[in-house]
Amino acid sequence: MNRKALALLAALALVLTGCASNDADQKAGDRITIFAAASLQGVFDDLAEQFTAAAPEYSVAPIVYDGSQALATQIVEGADVDVVAFANEASLQPVTAKGITGTGAIFATNTLQIAVAPGNPKHIVGLADLAKPGVATVLCAPQVPCGTASRTLLDSARVTVKPVSEETNVTSVVTRVKQGEADAGLVYKTDVAAAGDALTGITPAGADAVVNRYPIAVTKNAEAPKAAQAFVDFVLSDAGRKVLERYGFGLP
Amino acid sequence: MTIPKPLYVPALIALALLVAPIIGLVSRVRWGTLGDDLFSSASMTALGLSLVTAACATVVCVLFGTPLAVVIARAARRRASVLRAVVLIPLVLPPMVGGLALLALLGRSGLVGKPLFEATGYSLPYTTAAVVVAQAFVAMPFYVITLDGALRTADCGYEQIAATLGAGRWRVLGRITLPLVLPGLAAGAALAFARALGEFGATALFAGNAPGVTRTMPLAIYTAFNGVGVTQDSAVALSLLLLVSTAVIVLGLRSWRQDAIR
Repeated sequence: MNRKALALLAALALVLTGCASNDADQKAGDRITIFAAASLQGVFDDLAEQFTAAAPEYSVAPIVYDGSQALATQIVEGADVDVVAFANEASLQPVTAKGITGTGAIFATNTLQIAVAPGNPKHIVGLADLAKPGVATVLCAPQVPCGTASRTLLDSARVTVKPVSEETNVTSVVTRVKQGEADAGLVYKTDVAAAGDALTGITPAGADAVVNRYPIAVTKNAEAPKAAQAFVDFVLSDAGRKVLERYGFGLP
Repeated sequence: MTIPKPLYVPALIALALLVAPIIGLVSRVRWGTLGDDLFSSASMTALGLSLVTAACATVVCVLFGTPLAVVIARAARRRASVLRAVVLIPLVLPPMVGGLALLALLGRSGLVGKPLFEATGYSLPYTTAAVVVAQAFVAMPFYVITLDGALRTADCGYEQIAATLGAGRWRVLGRITLPLVLPGLAAGAALAFARALGEFGATALFAGNAPGVTRTMPLAIYTAFNGVGVTQDSAVALSLLLLVSTAVIVLGLRSWRQDAIR
């Protein structure tokens, strides 16, 4: 092997080690990685902020939000995470079955609302209106928590809706209605509350009977177990409950 | 030429990066239930929709991309390079951005979509046509660039001789130019088809995800991946199917290429 080739290989090795140095060595034992359901966007950022203000010795990595089901898949596939918070108990089951978390604790509840454009131009009053021709309805896919709840609600009202699109997380449904690309969508009432003036919410009959219960759990192989447990305790504490309530979540 | 031996090391790493994930995917396939996963009605619906929409998108590419490729190949150098840069835009756009751009233009609240919807009540998103538009948007560059390359390397001599013998412009194009680049045209069409088949991002945003209407194979894979337990096997099975079909297209492409070198 000549000198030039050696130099080239050395350079390559340097580049590769540079690429490979991940944040593991920077990640102290007090930085918490959180995977949270899409519907927790906003409230969890707030909770994390208040938590770190109260306990400055801990820090929280940017929270990963997605459909609970997508997050569950990533966790089962070995994603490094300390705290999981999902939108229903069923979505936590595959994670629990793998022994990654326990069953967790229920920290909040949520119910569905029909989200429509401000002022309700299509005059939608109930679930039956979602099935009307000329009303473009977007739902969550039946596999994800908001979709499971939507299906239960529609079935109990004996309404069959053919959605123009099935989204894999609730945020996408909100966005489509907000942008005016759809006339109506079934989302959580907290999503409507968070959207402010951009959406109008209609509570359909029977919505109160379909309740999503949100579990939160610390993973068994958490890199920051003490910090993770402290965060979970904070969410379950009176201070945490106040924040959740302010965002429109029900409390168990 | 002899290659310096140490070059084999990074070359092997590159090859492993390309091939190892595929091996990983194949290792995940549950052969026992593969048939059930593949031939479930949901899978078949998605596959049928994908094939139909990708074929339509390819036809759109051929119909409109061929004239564009001819114009670019025969344009003056500076103009051609500007046009080529424009054609390449969808290729370098992140997929989701393509979807956003299509929504901003053709969505219900889009530049063109809004007046259209208010006037006729028709809107493109959430329709099978929207899938075709999204696929054509991302597949067009592949077709145009491939055909453009073939046109540029084709011999202009025949065209000039035909013209001196009194053939009109249309006749030269139809009888000389296009037949000469037929292999390139077929290769471009096959590439466009493969790209349309795998299109996900722009479709998800612009066309949505409704079974039988806009849920193509990649969207079915994504939805299955987000499902629980059993459906993830079908995500893997569908991925395998998509992988095999793309491989068939690419291998078919090679034989075309070899025919082209005469």
